[in-house]
Amino acid sequence: MAAFGTGAGRPLGGRGGSPGFRFTLYALLSVIVMYLDQRGHYLEQVRYVLQAAAYPLQLAVNSPPAAWRWLQETFQTREALQAENARLRAGARDLELRAMRYEDLARENGELRGLREALPPVADRWLPAEIVNIQLSSLRQRLLLNRGAANGVFKGQAVLDDRGLIGQTTHVGPWSAEVILITDPEHAVPVRVERTGLRTIAVGAGDTTSLALPYLPGNADIKTGDLLVSSGLGGVFPEGYPVARVVEVHRDAVQPLAQVRAAPLAHVDSDSDVMLVWFRADHPAAPAPPAGASGDLKSGSPTMQPQPAAPKGHAAPQADPPRAPAAPPPHPERAPLPAQETAAAASPAPPVPAAAAVPAQGRP
Amino acid sequence: MNVDSRPRLLLSALVALILTVLPLPRWLDVLRPAFLVLTVLYWSVNAPRAGGLAIGFFAGLMLDVFQGPVLGEHALALSLITYIAVREHQRIRFKPAIQQALIVFAALMMYEVVLFMIDGWTGHPVTSPLRWVHTLSGALIWPPVAAILSYGAGHRP
Repeated sequence: MAAFGTGAGRPLGGRGGSPGFRFTLYALLSVIVMYLDQRGHYLEQVRYVLQAAAYPLQLAVNSPPAAWRWLQETFQTREALQAENARLRAGARDLELRAMRYEDLARENGELRGLREALPPVADRWLPAEIVNIQLSSLRQRLLLNRGAANGVFKGQAVLDDRGLIGQTTHVGPWSAEVILITDPEHAVPVRVERTGLRTIAVGAGDTTSLALPYLPGNADIKTGDLLVSSGLGGVFPEGYPVARVVEVHRDAVQPLAQVRAAPLAHVDSDSDVMLVWFRADHPAAPAPPAGASGDLKSGSPTMQPQPAAPKGHAAPQADPPRAPAAPPPHPERAPLPAQETAAAASPAPPVPAAAAVPAQGRP
Repeated sequence: MNVDSRPRLLLSALVALILTVLPLPRWLDVLRPAFLVLTVLYWSVNAPRAGGLAIGFFAGLMLDVFQGPVLGEHALALSLITYIAVREHQRIRFKPAIQQALIVFAALMMYEVVLFMIDGWTGHPVTSPLRWVHTLSGALIWPPVAAILSYGAGHRP
């Protein structure tokens, strides 16, 4: 075949039949793969292997920036280090002061909730992870972390930085994990306005600096500067972690819904280190485990599988209404779907009182 | 073309993949052409035996792992334009660079339309018009890419 140069006159048959035949085969294969991946999630293993295969390349791409950062750190001047040290010490003192108060508050809170003793913190274990500096799809808000199933990372795990929520893991490989950011348009995080307790859903707006709150009625009690914290519904993020701050509220008399924009607190653009978190499953502030979603979290360490709804002390018997119906989306990438159902349910009835928390009426 | 273009093909595909995932500032990232797609197109036109559909499919699968919401999405789109390029390679190969760039533009548009439709069907729609920018930059960068890839294959008749 080499001797004939271009081989212009000969059919391109060769091994696998004509190009048309082979194209049909590959197209069929692609469609089958897509169907399996989309519908059945049968391909987690395949994806796992492919992600493992891709990781060396990703690390190679990441290495020049990493080397540059290492060089910078190595050759930092004495003054810079001293300044940083002083800053860190001041920060640590500040945190210690706050922590002193925290112990007291946690105990008081425990008493108020009628529990026997002070609660332990909801976060059980933290794992620092570095962001691998590569470009995933530019159309989507995704990150790659250098921790994977080998470190016990599981699908749908919350990712935070020192200021607030960043996102959750979507695809976990053996040594790496892909994170969907809260600012991705496909991601929705259930939040609570800290000032009023109003619950709603924050949907990503597609750029790193804003979230939208599309499901608030026009008369909702919300204003610029309000802090949004995670509401603990949804089964991924625990209750009470800061998410975003409202930066713009636009009310239009002819629109039934207010247009609210919030800026995420986490600095997704400038971070290089983030935290993966494991939560105490039996803690009241822990994310409610999704009922009947156990088939979805196959990967990850066996201890991190959804627990069979531990007795929750106060909440279990009388099925606390806001908690029960907002059954969390089992698959992280389908997160907006229930939100949209919610919108459909909420929009025809504009003057919903603020207290009728929107997520609570989502699913029948 | 010769069988010995295989190693060069794989090497160029690897380089293209690296260029695809290299972190860039946002505005540059929007302009970034789909290097791997261009490379696969080049080899489908100029060495359809060495490259061809298998390369197209597996390169697409690799792209899926990096950036696809669904496995098989890029694989299908890239297989399609690879097939067209392989089938028409004799007609495309001897056209002047400008016309080739136009053909590449059409192929990239087709690729992106397939991706757009699959994105929509699978429930991960991206409606931003920025997603179409790379088809234009890809067509513009085609002549230099083709020149670089053909470097060293000078004895072609």
